[in-house]
Amino acid sequence: MNMKTKRVDLLIIGGGPAGLAAACAAREAGVTNLLILEREDALGGILRQCIHNGFGLHTFQEELTGPEYAARYIARVQELGIPYECGAMVISLSPERRAVYVSRTEGIVAVEAGAVILAMGCRERPRGALGTPGWRCAGIFTAGTAQKLVNLEGRMPGKRVVILGSGDIGLIMARRMTFSGAKVLACVEIMPYSSGLKRNIVQCLDDYGIPLLFNHTVVDIHGRERLTGVTIAEVDGKKRPIPGTEQEIACDTLLLSVGLIPENELSAMAGVALSPATGGPVVDETLATNVPGIFSCGNVLHVHDLVDFVSAEAARAGEMAARFLSGEKTAGERIPLIAGNGVSALVPEVLSKRPEADVTFMFRPRAVYRNARIAVFRGGKQLAVKRARILAPGEMAEITVKQDAFCESEGELTVSVEEVGA
Amino acid sequence: MKRELTCIGCPMGCRLTAEFNGTEVTEVTGNGCAVGARYAREELTNPKRMVTALVRVVGMERPLSVKTEAPIEKRLVFDCLAALGAVAVAPPVRIGDVILENVLGTGVNVVATEDIGG
Repeated sequence: MNMKTKRVDLLIIGGGPAGLAAACAAREAGVTNLLILEREDALGGILRQCIHNGFGLHTFQEELTGPEYAARYIARVQELGIPYECGAMVISLSPERRAVYVSRTEGIVAVEAGAVILAMGCRERPRGALGTPGWRCAGIFTAGTAQKLVNLEGRMPGKRVVILGSGDIGLIMARRMTFSGAKVLACVEIMPYSSGLKRNIVQCLDDYGIPLLFNHTVVDIHGRERLTGVTIAEVDGKKRPIPGTEQEIACDTLLLSVGLIPENELSAMAGVALSPATGGPVVDETLATNVPGIFSCGNVLHVHDLVDFVSAEAARAGEMAARFLSGEKTAGERIPLIAGNGVSALVPEVLSKRPEADVTFMFRPRAVYRNARIAVFRGGKQLAVKRARILAPGEMAEITVKQDAFCESEGELTVSVEEVGA
Repeated sequence: MKRELTCIGCPMGCRLTAEFNGTEVTEVTGNGCAVGARYAREELTNPKRMVTALVRVVGMERPLSVKTEAPIEKRLVFDCLAALGAVAVAPPVRIGDVILENVLGTGVNVVATEDIGG
């Protein structure tokens, strides 16, 4: 097929916080021929609809709303003259770093890239993944969809709302729906704890008297054309509903805030190895995937708590891609890491034999640990240790290993957590 | 009078019990560190919140996102939202443009947090 073909040194797929920060860093590191492709009509990604404040304390030392945080990076992209296309959706990516995108203005376009940064972000776990019974009636939305409807399109999804799951987007939407005139009846969480921030539980639920029901879930959905109510029930230790605890709540809207999934269809097409633990690409400490010249950062790599950390990680991916393009040899053999006791979603998951800098490992604790100790071991030798007053699955934990520690040790690397008592 | 609250200082989420006489916090217990005591004092004597909201845009279906430039008294949050409900702005609007001056006499302006139009 005779399609328009562009050649760039660096292609960045996704114009959200990760793509923007990666592009700026790569440009600053000397990459001039680069391109950001964004499928929405504007840059900024999910930040555009996150109109609440709380972004940027680490990056800018001030508290911004999502659109304000995005605007700072967009301004920088424009200042640096970085080319971007909006309304441009990448539909394929090959291991040879050839991408094809579709755009209303350009049609079908191929891009041959010297390096690619995957920055596609994540999407929400949908109703279909939950196995809830009931008709496919209207009135059931993921929290992020409701957020888009309210904040970007000026529409109200409903008036009487139940929220399933207590992730941060669900909590934020409890307050937004209340602000917009809806009555939020309850937030129902199957776990005995919330994955959301304490601040959000207090300021989005407690402030408005919205009950947060732990160890509860939705067991039935009522309504044929439009949702008319849900039945909730308490669950036991194995998350099975306890008979006799059912109660029905009349509502016209159910919002789902039950987890985020990195969006890696393109990565898989390009032969990028994906991790069952994170749902994202397996990367080494340079954010390089197993496919030479393809890097990954942000929520497509692993779901972050704070956009500030996404920006920092993405900037590193931009620098690493620039180094790759300048011809620096990539790491040869890579050592797999072991996620030990209490550690899930470990990033990086593999390591070069000789890391060239200190390496920070990020992970999600499997449970709530008080007075915990995080440690990195290699062949019985402790490379790093860190105490933490509290670790919880809702907050990403990290530990840094000094570069020289790697040189002085051999064998398998394990990151683990244990409780050490008060 | 005893008041119960959850500290938002860190993920510990300490359950705080504060002795509050209506004007002053005389004692805080349950806090793991100094942040909890400070939070209980502020939250009981002078609770404040940032308000982020949406206002209508003339000639457009989509709203404009706005925020109070600084936190305002918590008890004024819904009055602030009501005041913003009466506002309709005409594009173009730039980030930082004042949308509502000195909202409810708080001395705090409500400003745009995004660009719209033009």
